[in-house]
Amino acid sequence: MTRRTTAFVVVGLLVALLLAGVVSFYASDSPDGLERVASDRGLNAAEQPSGVEESPLSGYRTDGIGDDRLAGGVAGVVGVIGTFAVGTGLALALRRRGGEPDRRGRPAHQVDTGPPR
Amino acid sequence: MHVPDGFLDAPTSVAAGAIAVAGLALCLRRARAELDERAAPLAGLVAAFVFAAQMLNFPVAAGTSGHLLGGALAAIVVGPWTGAVCVAVVLLVQSLLFADGGLTALGVNIVDMSLVTVLVGYLLFRGLALLLPRSPASVVGASFVAAAVSVPVASLAFVGFYAVGGTTDVPLGTVVPAVLGVHVLIGIGEGLIAALVVGSVLTVRPDLVHGAHGLLPAVRLEPAAVT
Repeated sequence: MTRRTTAFVVVGLLVALLLAGVVSFYASDSPDGLERVASDRGLNAAEQPSGVEESPLSGYRTDGIGDDRLAGGVAGVVGVIGTFAVGTGLALALRRRGGEPDRRGRPAHQVDTGPPR
Repeated sequence: MHVPDGFLDAPTSVAAGAIAVAGLALCLRRARAELDERAAPLAGLVAAFVFAAQMLNFPVAAGTSGHLLGGALAAIVVGPWTGAVCVAVVLLVQSLLFADGGLTALGVNIVDMSLVTVLVGYLLFRGLALLLPRSPASVVGASFVAAAVSVPVASLAFVGFYAVGGTTDVPLGTVVPAVLGVHVLIGIGEGLIAALVVGSVLTVRPDLVHGAHGLLPAVRLEPAAVT
């Protein structure tokens, strides 16, 4: 990974941390579209709590933190780091290495710039 | 749009789980072709960004909110196969750690919010990109439409599962307009966010937008230095 791409990923990750850790406090508390329709029309009569309702991060609120802003912010930060770790790990495990060609026979570094003109 | 446990009966949940596993297996295999040295580090960032954006519910009508689904956005930025995997990672983490979306409903949620949004969003994006003049504005415009349409289509996928195996007997004539109406509104928000993000990445690093490859011939490519 080049230095410029590393910088892009770091800045992007900081933006995600800011959104999940801070901005999320100001998000709407209203039920989302499906939850609202489900409760208005009765689709949820047989709804059951999730099997992980007792998770310390359940409902994006961290157990044991009294302050709402902090409880939600910590949950958001943990989620961003967790999804980044799993996503990056999977991508690194799957990626083509070095000069290994893709399925059209192009080398890994060559980017498709469209049909020849 | 996360479906909780108990909305759908067991056979339907299992069937949706099988579709999700089969679809993701295909995506994992094909993602390899998209993940070169340049794209691999972006996949984790896309998953993290979609997770963060999904926490940001925006109001769409009195007492109702919506949030980004992210499938179309992910597909445009890192490619459809990788994009579907990224959104599935988000849904898995949400279901296991945050109790957002049921455990038995994970298959339904992956089909609706990952596979369907990516399929619809990416096909529409490519179709529009072929019709429109090759320019950054076209890429951004196509991103808006693709993301906006992907949301109501995903909500219809849920209705499809409900029709097959809903645990309640609300007539479809009631469910369809209610679900579709609110998700058309949420789709506008989805389209705006996708267009904003794609436009921002195009401005700073156009070479990192998978969907723009071949559409923006003037893009200056970073030398593919290996570190």
